[in-house]
Amino acid sequence: MTTIKRAADFLPETAPAEAAPGIERIDVTAVASKLAREAYAVRQKIYPKLAHGTFRKVKWAVMAVTLGIYYALPWIRWDRGPNLPNQAFLLDFANQRLFFGPIEIWAQELYFITGLLILSALGLFLVTSIAGRMWCGYTCPQTVWTDLMIVVERFWQGDRNARIRLDNSRWTFEKIWKKTATHISWMLVAVATGGALVFYFRDAPTLAAELMDGEAPIVAYVFLGLFTGTTYLLGGIAREQVCIYMCPWPRIQGAMFDRDSLLISYLGYRGEPRGPHKKGQTWEGRGDCIDCKACVAVCPMGIDIRDGVQLECIQCALCIDACDEIMDRVERPRGLIAYDTFKNLDAASHHDRAPLRLIRPRTILYSAAMALVAAIMLWAWLNRTVLEINVLHDRQPLYVELTDGGLRNGYTVKILNKLHQKRTFQLSTEGLEDAGLSIVGFTDSAAGIDVVTDNLRALKVHVTIPKDERDDLKGASTPFRFVITDLADRSRTYHEATFMGPNHD
Amino acid sequence: MSEKEIDSVTGVETTGHVWDGDLKELNKPLPKWWLYTFYACVIWSIGYWAIYPAWPTLSGYTKGMLGYSQRGEVAKQVAAAKADQAKYFDQIAATPLAEIEKNQELMPFVMAGGAAVFGDNCGPCHGKGAQGAVGYPNLNDDDWLWGGSPDAIHQTIMHGIRSGDPETREMAMPRFGLDGILQPAQIKDTAQYVLSLSGHATDEAAAGRGAALFAENCAACHGEDGKGNQDLGAPNLTDGIWLYGGKAADIEKTIQTGRGGVMPYWAGRLDPVTIKMLTVYVHALGGGK
Repeated sequence: MTTIKRAADFLPETAPAEAAPGIERIDVTAVASKLAREAYAVRQKIYPKLAHGTFRKVKWAVMAVTLGIYYALPWIRWDRGPNLPNQAFLLDFANQRLFFGPIEIWAQELYFITGLLILSALGLFLVTSIAGRMWCGYTCPQTVWTDLMIVVERFWQGDRNARIRLDNSRWTFEKIWKKTATHISWMLVAVATGGALVFYFRDAPTLAAELMDGEAPIVAYVFLGLFTGTTYLLGGIAREQVCIYMCPWPRIQGAMFDRDSLLISYLGYRGEPRGPHKKGQTWEGRGDCIDCKACVAVCPMGIDIRDGVQLECIQCALCIDACDEIMDRVERPRGLIAYDTFKNLDAASHHDRAPLRLIRPRTILYSAAMALVAAIMLWAWLNRTVLEINVLHDRQPLYVELTDGGLRNGYTVKILNKLHQKRTFQLSTEGLEDAGLSIVGFTDSAAGIDVVTDNLRALKVHVTIPKDERDDLKGASTPFRFVITDLADRSRTYHEATFMGPNHD
Repeated sequence: MSEKEIDSVTGVETTGHVWDGDLKELNKPLPKWWLYTFYACVIWSIGYWAIYPAWPTLSGYTKGMLGYSQRGEVAKQVAAAKADQAKYFDQIAATPLAEIEKNQELMPFVMAGGAAVFGDNCGPCHGKGAQGAVGYPNLNDDDWLWGGSPDAIHQTIMHGIRSGDPETREMAMPRFGLDGILQPAQIKDTAQYVLSLSGHATDEAAAGRGAALFAENCAACHGEDGKGNQDLGAPNLTDGIWLYGGKAADIEKTIQTGRGGVMPYWAGRLDPVTIKMLTVYVHALGGGK
């Protein structure tokens, strides 16, 4: 057996039980400390203590907002007229459409989603370069749901000390019902989470009724079960293990920080040398850290922030609240643990703080990249058409010789109407002298072609050139255009095509 | 033997097997979770044998309680697809040939079905796009040997050409050279005259000599003006479309050896509605009259 060195092992064995008069020195081990990092470590359970303070309040608010959005979004209605879903946010995979309020994205326009994902990634880079792992600490679903699961756990089992006592006790009736109640509550949260997710993919009120009656599509139950399971497992059971071992982002984010990024840091120059503070002892010649370990006790990741910035730290800022509370009680200034930059921490003198540099090459680069992607998306959106034409030239045969010496080419013309109403079009050609046009199934090629709402219509079209004009064709292929005229407003849409003929020997 | 031997280095029990005097194998049983999963699978498989086809017998296999078979599943799917198509088939059967093309509701089904049937049955000779080849007519153009009306196309598909079917189209081009009706020089002159009908003669003198030969030997079928006769399957010789090639040598060969391409009859091989769909498809390719 190898000896696992824990942060606690670096402390004097004789440390007293009080860190300062009236302030308990919490018996806690930073189980995921970077000083004790190993290739494989058996998981040690973390019992995060409830923190009180500014950042905890902010995190409650963020939790309320993010969960509120998640649960409420599918229920917002949006009137799009008849035959269309009236759900504001709907990922309608069955009909290959995505609806976001007034925006409707078809399957072939999925690049808008790609652009959105690129924007999100760049935004994440930008935020991380400015203020570290804001995403991880406040808004990541893993963080929010873990926080929620801990709330549930605390409701049934009490705070840190009570939970430890319960875990260490024998299986009494009290322990059994408290544990059972916790797991049932977690499962309810998980079901609500998985249940909310499926509403994004099908009309929410309809699906809710179907789920109740057991008549929902099987895929809805599968995903409900899948997300119930993952929420219970990742938020209730696995928690910090997900961030430390499963998530790639902690490894990547190291590349986004620099010396000017605001990171949650222990101000070692102020805190060291740490040690218990006796009543009446002077603060001269010693650090402000009284080694009460309040910061370790509240940490949901099981680390000691005083070891410095580390992979395991999701920068949730709860240690700031814990430390500030202690500093108030020992009447030292707040901010022993605070958002600070490497530049300040490593400065030779700590009397003047280096001003925060928000504008620097890294942030400029990320912002410029975001602006570029946003501009491209906006341009693509403004140039998006509600009518799409596709023309396929027949391959076999490329052209047909007629008895009178004329030439004929066959095409498949596809008209896609993205408007939510029936439209009538007229097909013609431009750029070929005396070209004749016929549409299979139409007695009159100039007749109106109805394309119903939201639909595609494929037409078999023949273009014929008489013998007289045949010699005017330049080479084996002559470019021309199909013209699609909307009979409602006479607006014209063009599509390039090619008329093929024999090679001139 | 019953004594457990413990390996002194690792403290793990050995299996008792010894190689080369001192080489021993540690007893490392399979992980419990793996073993129990395996047992569960064994138990599961027994239920599987009972429910699904599993064991071969001398004359077949055990059918299982559910009576499931993949072949049966396919048969069910085919039957379901047929049932879905039935309303179209009934409608096609009830609609006269010439009317189908005007029916906007039926046409997409007919064109899609016709294309599939054409690709399977007609494509090998006529080409997948019906573009034809030497000896196999292009069905996209408006030049028809036996007529391009829906009824004429239907007749050709039903009974074929020189196919042996009692109602088939029989007429063929005689072997003017091989049967000694025309001499080689006469064949050359006739070929030049035929070429002159579409303005492609290379030897005007020969073409002039061929005029009389044409009137005597060819006009009966191809017509005095060479425009052909669809009742007899005699092609129009005045256009630029040649089934067996339009060069002088090609035409000379045609006159020498005669021509008699064969198209199989499809009545009895394809059902009447399918043949109807095929007819409309070919007619709608562009050359239909």
